[in-house]
Amino acid sequence: MSEAEAFAGKVDAVSRDSHFTDDGKLAQPRDLAVPAPAQSPVESRVIFSGKLLPYVLLVPQLAISLVFFYWPAAQALWQSFVVQDAFGLSTEFVWFENYAELFTRPDYYHAIGVTFLFSGVVAFLSLSLALLLATMADRQIKAARVYRTLLIWPYAVAPAVASVLFIFMFQPGLGLFARALQASGLDWNPILNGAQALILVIIAAVWKQISYNFLFFLAGLQAIPKSVIEAAAIDGAKPWRRFWTVVFPLLSPTTFFLIVVNITYAFFDTLGIIDTATGGGPNKATETLVYKVFQDGRLGADLGGSAAQSVILMAIVIALTAIQFRYVERRVHY
Amino acid sequence: MVEHRRLGNFLPHLVLLIGVAIVAFPVYMAVIASTHDNAVIANGEMPLTPGTLGFENYWHTLTAGTGRTTRAPVGGMMLNSFVMAVGIALGKIAISIISAYAIVFFSFPFRMTAFWIIFVTLMLPVEVRIYPTYKIASDLHLLDSYAGLTLPLIASATATLLFRQFFMTVPKELVEASKIDGAGPLRFFKDTLLPLSLTNIAALFVILFIYGWNQYLWPLLITTRDDMQTIVIGIKKIIDVHDALTEWNVAMATAVLAMLPPVLVVITMQRLFVKGLIETEK
Amino acid sequence: MAAVQLNDVRKTYAGGFEAVKGVSFTVPDGGLCVLVGPSGCGKSTLLRMVAGLETVSSGDIRIGERRVNDLEPMARDIAMVFQNYALYPHMSVFDNMAYGLRNRGTPKPEIEKRVKEAARILELDALLERKPRQLSGGQRQRVAMGRAIVRKPAAFLFDEPLSNLDAKLRVQMRIEIRKLQRELKTTSIYVTHDQLEAMTLADRLVVMNGGHMEQVGTALEVFQNPASVFVAGFIGSPPMNFLAGEVDTQGRLRLPDGAFLAFDPKRYEAQVGRKVLAGLRPENVALRNGAEDGAAPRFRLELVEELGMGRLVHGRVGERPFTVAQGASDPPPAGYSFSIGIEPALVHLFDAASGLSLTSVAPRR
Repeated sequence: MSEAEAFAGKVDAVSRDSHFTDDGKLAQPRDLAVPAPAQSPVESRVIFSGKLLPYVLLVPQLAISLVFFYWPAAQALWQSFVVQDAFGLSTEFVWFENYAELFTRPDYYHAIGVTFLFSGVVAFLSLSLALLLATMADRQIKAARVYRTLLIWPYAVAPAVASVLFIFMFQPGLGLFARALQASGLDWNPILNGAQALILVIIAAVWKQISYNFLFFLAGLQAIPKSVIEAAAIDGAKPWRRFWTVVFPLLSPTTFFLIVVNITYAFFDTLGIIDTATGGGPNKATETLVYKVFQDGRLGADLGGSAAQSVILMAIVIALTAIQFRYVERRVHY
Repeated sequence: MVEHRRLGNFLPHLVLLIGVAIVAFPVYMAVIASTHDNAVIANGEMPLTPGTLGFENYWHTLTAGTGRTTRAPVGGMMLNSFVMAVGIALGKIAISIISAYAIVFFSFPFRMTAFWIIFVTLMLPVEVRIYPTYKIASDLHLLDSYAGLTLPLIASATATLLFRQFFMTVPKELVEASKIDGAGPLRFFKDTLLPLSLTNIAALFVILFIYGWNQYLWPLLITTRDDMQTIVIGIKKIIDVHDALTEWNVAMATAVLAMLPPVLVVITMQRLFVKGLIETEK
Repeated sequence: MAAVQLNDVRKTYAGGFEAVKGVSFTVPDGGLCVLVGPSGCGKSTLLRMVAGLETVSSGDIRIGERRVNDLEPMARDIAMVFQNYALYPHMSVFDNMAYGLRNRGTPKPEIEKRVKEAARILELDALLERKPRQLSGGQRQRVAMGRAIVRKPAAFLFDEPLSNLDAKLRVQMRIEIRKLQRELKTTSIYVTHDQLEAMTLADRLVVMNGGHMEQVGTALEVFQNPASVFVAGFIGSPPMNFLAGEVDTQGRLRLPDGAFLAFDPKRYEAQVGRKVLAGLRPENVALRNGAEDGAAPRFRLELVEELGMGRLVHGRVGERPFTVAQGASDPPPAGYSFSIGIEPALVHLFDAASGLSLTSVAPRR
């Protein structure tokens, strides 16, 4: 799981949500679990004098950031704008030719398609299932703790390991589910069948992500004041209607946040799952954009093209992170 | 909710129990498989109940591995994983906390620039800069080393942001009192700030340990020797779906071993874990 | 429009805690009944049982002629105003008020008409498109009431609706609620811990303590004839003074320090020697020159609080704290030692052991 997700705790998931303050009063969207800084402008903050020390303190992080983050990113950027021959002897600056070329290749479009399909299904399934479990758990105040423990541990499982578990169960010939499917007439062989391979990785990805979503949905649900739900009940709304007209709208900050996180997860963190389960196959049936970068780079043939792919992915991450932050910022402002 | 639930708590419990079962089932199967003989599994005859070879399988896995696809004992792999996970967690915490300290409690030219430099690294996960980073690590002779496994991953924007946010809530009176008491910046950090930050550090440690343990892509690239593999990488090599001769019992035992430490950490430190997940704010 | 009847209603929670211990009273059709008592006395629990938000362990609740114990809240035709308003934060004021009607399938033009009318009555016309977070406390309170009145329910239930408002607003809103309720003639049950609110709003007052109903009656009845020491001390501000004593002859109490206090023998018949607590309201007590009446209880002055419209004289009678409330026209007390005088008819007597009034007035239904 990428760090962004590991830490992306939406505050209003655990605070009294964007709509309420501690005493149940309605308030502007406010971030409560991590309170707004006591003093924001530098001037009003008490600081130490010291000319050299701050720089010394910052050196380790800045050094590593520059060496292992910025420099490679810059290199990728550079490489995406050039064409090198196989020996690296001659370099030619070609502007956006590498990018344009990417978009003429059917295998790139195919990867885009696979990525969108995969992300969409994974996000939808893991969010829906998690929401269902969270709403059920929300009703049990006492048992909720226990269920939470029982349901959140898959977060700790590495994607690749999750993948292995499912590979085993779906392995043709000996896996429990593979045998069951075979017995019911379906010719199950994800090694040869692209659609089935995709289904396999989707299942593994969803299984792992349910627990993260469950945690946040549960926190979000518990932050909705009981009195609002009761008011809806008195106003004549049956449980189903109550959920969709009151609970779900009030859950929307959490939902939105989770959608972004889930898409990021599906785009990037699932590389381990795919690599372990299908290697991108069969016939690139499970080759997502990130996997394609991984594969193409390994072969080393088209440096410019694979660098361009990396840069495009970078742009996507930046967009996703920007959305997430823009959204967070809006919530933090009064 | 508010209704007299004639169905009572039946339905929610039912759904939740099904959910728990679904979540636990794959692991259950793996545990079962790790207690049987491989021949039984490969023939599709594995029952749903545990076998008797548990001890042998795990011992063999830890000490010898599979012998065919990877020659390394899984025990060694676990050690590598452990070193990497702890190294990453401690490393990230260490460099982030001092960076955050510098940014919050000092005023100096380029302060905000430094902050933004750190912040932007959020947008550069390893997957988008795989090969150039690999090349640099290789040029620095970091291949197949613990340093290579941990160093490139320890610049973390999120930990810095967490600490920064937390530091900004420290009442300024506390700092002023320290100054009056004659404490310089380092002493303040050691005697006051650090103790205050302990819960956050603990919560972060849990999250980062899991993050480090579960790394896939980077260790895959940077290790070539079998004995430097982490267990998460090793698993991939043990399972070779195209080779019908995979030793499934060993593979499943490895999977269980790969899951054990992070899952144990999550379960025993659940509260810290949840706090770390949720309270971290950008 | 309907009367609300509670018959021996009890509530016991799963752990064994008895929150409500056999409460019975009737709210007449169109009347406003106030449940008042200290925190934890069970008044909110009782209200929620009437609403259907808590189950009833035993006893009957009737709205109109229907027994509603087993009905869902929405089937009981009630509307509730919560302490923290419980407005739907994601909906506009208009939608907040329309929600209940929409759920019942009321046709749109009718919804529009009712919401606009309620908005007019409550002066919310200009705010219909706003969201709750853009409103002040008083405005939100009115929206909460608007939500209740558009439904035209059989009964209104108020759960401490004014507690979150500042003092000045509270007085204003109290009057508005009263006027509104009178105009709409909807049966209402109102819960509060504030005795002043209770006195000013109630057609009928129910005083509760520790899950029990201490007394039922009109505000004046409860004030003038409190059924127990608790009610006597809870209703009325400043609170009633109590002096321990023993019945000496008919119409006279002997106090520990040898002083005597006269009470009305027609009001209370008590055997000689009975131990009692005498209740004296601060505003009924007069301070007299110490030398005048040698047998009257003596008062030692400790502190005078000047209120402008009168004053509170704090001190002691015997060992007990004692307060006298004087009007502005009364001469301010001079000196430290006084005797107290009170009309015998205004002395309340309570059994010293049980705390019950000696007339033991049974709680009226």
